[in-house]
Amino acid sequence: MDVARLEAILSRYEGESYDLIPILQDIQDEYNFLPKDELKEVAKRLSVPLSRIYSIATFYKMFSLMPKGEHQIKVCLGTTCHLKGGQRLLDSISSRLGIEVGYTSKDGKFSLETVGCLGSCAQAPVMMVDDKYYARVTVDKVPKILKQYQQYQ
Amino acid sequence: MPRFESVDHLNQYRRQLKAKFDPNQLQVLVCAGPGCLPLGSNALAEAFRAALAERGLNGKVVLKSSGCQGLCAKGVRVLIRPQEISYQKVAPEDVPEIVETTLIKGGIVDRLLYQDPVSGEKCVHKSEIPFYQRQQPIVLRKLDVIDPESLDDYLLLGGYRSLRKAFFEMTPLQVIEALERSGLRGRGGAGFPTGRKWRICREAPEKVKFLICNGDEGDPGAFMDRAVMEGDPHAIIEGMIVGAYAIGASQGYIYVRHEYPLAVKRLKLAIEQAREAGFLGKNILRSGVNFDIKISQGSGAFVCGEETALIASIEGFIGEPSPRPPYPAQAGLFGLPTVINNVETWANVPEIINMGPDWYAAIGTENSKGTKVFSLVGAVNHTGMVEVPMGTTLRQIIFDLGGGIPGGKEFKAVQTGGPSGGCIPQHFLDLPVDYDSLQEVGSIMGSGGMIVMDQTSCMVDVARYFINFLFEESCGKCTPCREGLRQLVHIYNEIINGRGEESHLALMEDLCTAMRSASICGLGQSAVNPVLSTLKYFREEYEAHIFRKKCPALVCRPLIKYTIDPDICTGCLACVRECPVGAISGIRKEAQEIDQELCIKCGLCYEVCQFEAVRRE
Repeated sequence: MDVARLEAILSRYEGESYDLIPILQDIQDEYNFLPKDELKEVAKRLSVPLSRIYSIATFYKMFSLMPKGEHQIKVCLGTTCHLKGGQRLLDSISSRLGIEVGYTSKDGKFSLETVGCLGSCAQAPVMMVDDKYYARVTVDKVPKILKQYQQYQ
Repeated sequence: MPRFESVDHLNQYRRQLKAKFDPNQLQVLVCAGPGCLPLGSNALAEAFRAALAERGLNGKVVLKSSGCQGLCAKGVRVLIRPQEISYQKVAPEDVPEIVETTLIKGGIVDRLLYQDPVSGEKCVHKSEIPFYQRQQPIVLRKLDVIDPESLDDYLLLGGYRSLRKAFFEMTPLQVIEALERSGLRGRGGAGFPTGRKWRICREAPEKVKFLICNGDEGDPGAFMDRAVMEGDPHAIIEGMIVGAYAIGASQGYIYVRHEYPLAVKRLKLAIEQAREAGFLGKNILRSGVNFDIKISQGSGAFVCGEETALIASIEGFIGEPSPRPPYPAQAGLFGLPTVINNVETWANVPEIINMGPDWYAAIGTENSKGTKVFSLVGAVNHTGMVEVPMGTTLRQIIFDLGGGIPGGKEFKAVQTGGPSGGCIPQHFLDLPVDYDSLQEVGSIMGSGGMIVMDQTSCMVDVARYFINFLFEESCGKCTPCREGLRQLVHIYNEIINGRGEESHLALMEDLCTAMRSASICGLGQSAVNPVLSTLKYFREEYEAHIFRKKCPALVCRPLIKYTIDPDICTGCLACVRECPVGAISGIRKEAQEIDQELCIKCGLCYEVCQFEAVRRE
């Protein structure tokens, strides 16, 4: 465990038990998942049982106990996206990457997730790769979008 | 930005801003709202920046990225002030022409104007576009004219003015009375009178009290709160400061979804600015009021939009709701009295104080005062964000503002209130929209999502969609919600897979009755609305699925069949490449065929075929 890396996060907080979720959010952002050893340390420092951390990590969708891919694809399945073919878009990405929702591709490049609504309903169907939005994504646009991220490295 | 020590100091600064402001200053406002952002607002703003520099206009034209300009369907939108010229569907390629024709020569770029779909007439100015004419913006008033990251812009338009009146001309009780008289009701959906909530909290005996702004906008199809948090964050903060004074709170929280990274960023910045300027902190404007705000980020759980679950989440627990009473106003965050209002409610507060409660109460209907912001999306020409007085009819919103249904299709239903709302059929189009009327027809106001559906939407599928959504999001604490939703999901799956039975209809109604009366929180209690409203108004669609094993709208996958018309197919193999199960085969440049045994009815072939050779029945 890289103590300094975790310490940098913990030092932002007072160490009260209500800081637990913000600390886990920071760990998720920094590590791309919640590593077990770090969670044990957090439990010790905040004097909360590890089981409470586990319940939070598995209740909220943003947390993951497994490492996520380099790029995170979020396909919106909000109502408008649902009506305008969000599921077809998801199927297309899923079959191109060979992974189901909630999984990471073998090369570690992409994780595929769905999201309840991204709030860009006027441009449905919408998807996000990391922090970038893609509007009115018809199935034929998928290869081009994925390629951008595959080529960069 | 100075730190304002008193109201006089603030007024003096505002006068200086006004004196410096040139009303003839040319401004280019590029919309960076939730609708335009994914279409490339940032690239467009960059193109303007480069073009202005190239033409030596840097000091002469002010470039800003604004909040939502409303008519998202025609993004990216650009507003040129002071003429109020409204351009739409602007791409970086159009920038040199706009700079040359409009900014330098004062002319109009005709092809970027709004064109009326019926008369074909073009509108130059924003005020001429019918979409804007019927609106009455209070909450959205500043969104398209200010830079959300500039406190000066906010102050120039009268920002933080309500603090003077509230702190120095009104007692806390008078502020609460004003809120009560204004008739403002909670914009988060349930419509509880805001003033009454504040009074309950103020009258609670505990000394420490809290305020929360609920920005956990999770309803799919709703983005009003996102647009306000991103486009006018100071209005929310100002409303909360007035609230803090009224109820006697010294700490506030804004709870925002992590799926809204820009809203988080803008709110953080606005809080810092407000602190620096002395609107947050100790002894604000020498009023004796101490108040500060923290941001708490959601972690991806729809149920946290429910107030007791949201409070549990801020306290560092999983978002499980608790039974009410006690209500948060009596015992909320850390067990102390807490006022929790949503984004739009808070954003209404400054204007109610500035303009007076009677002004506000004159807008709207008898029991629903003021305006309501809706995100108008789905099968409607002018998708976007609108703010109309309560009591505006569905027809006015969908047809007059929304421009009707695209592609000559027919209106089928409008869904309001997110997963807790219902589907409203055509014969209620003249219904005036307010809290009570929507409830009477089996839906709710909700936070303001309004999703229009045409004949290509299957109402069984829509209800199934919401039930699936709620099943995934149910926290699992109480049995009626957890198990009721599981059973409903099962029944819907049977129906759309062609195994529906007549008895299913009565069983669904029974389950709904139990869930409505026995679930702990609003999620389970109102989850029945999508089911009951579609069963009531669109029963014939359920019957078609159950008795004839057909989906009339051709949506439910197992009940449809895809074939390729050999006379039209060119053998381009686009569908073959797309098919995830390899069900399409044939010789290149000749007609292809779908193996019905292998086909999973995903419809990808139907979508990629350029020649409309794929048939769906």
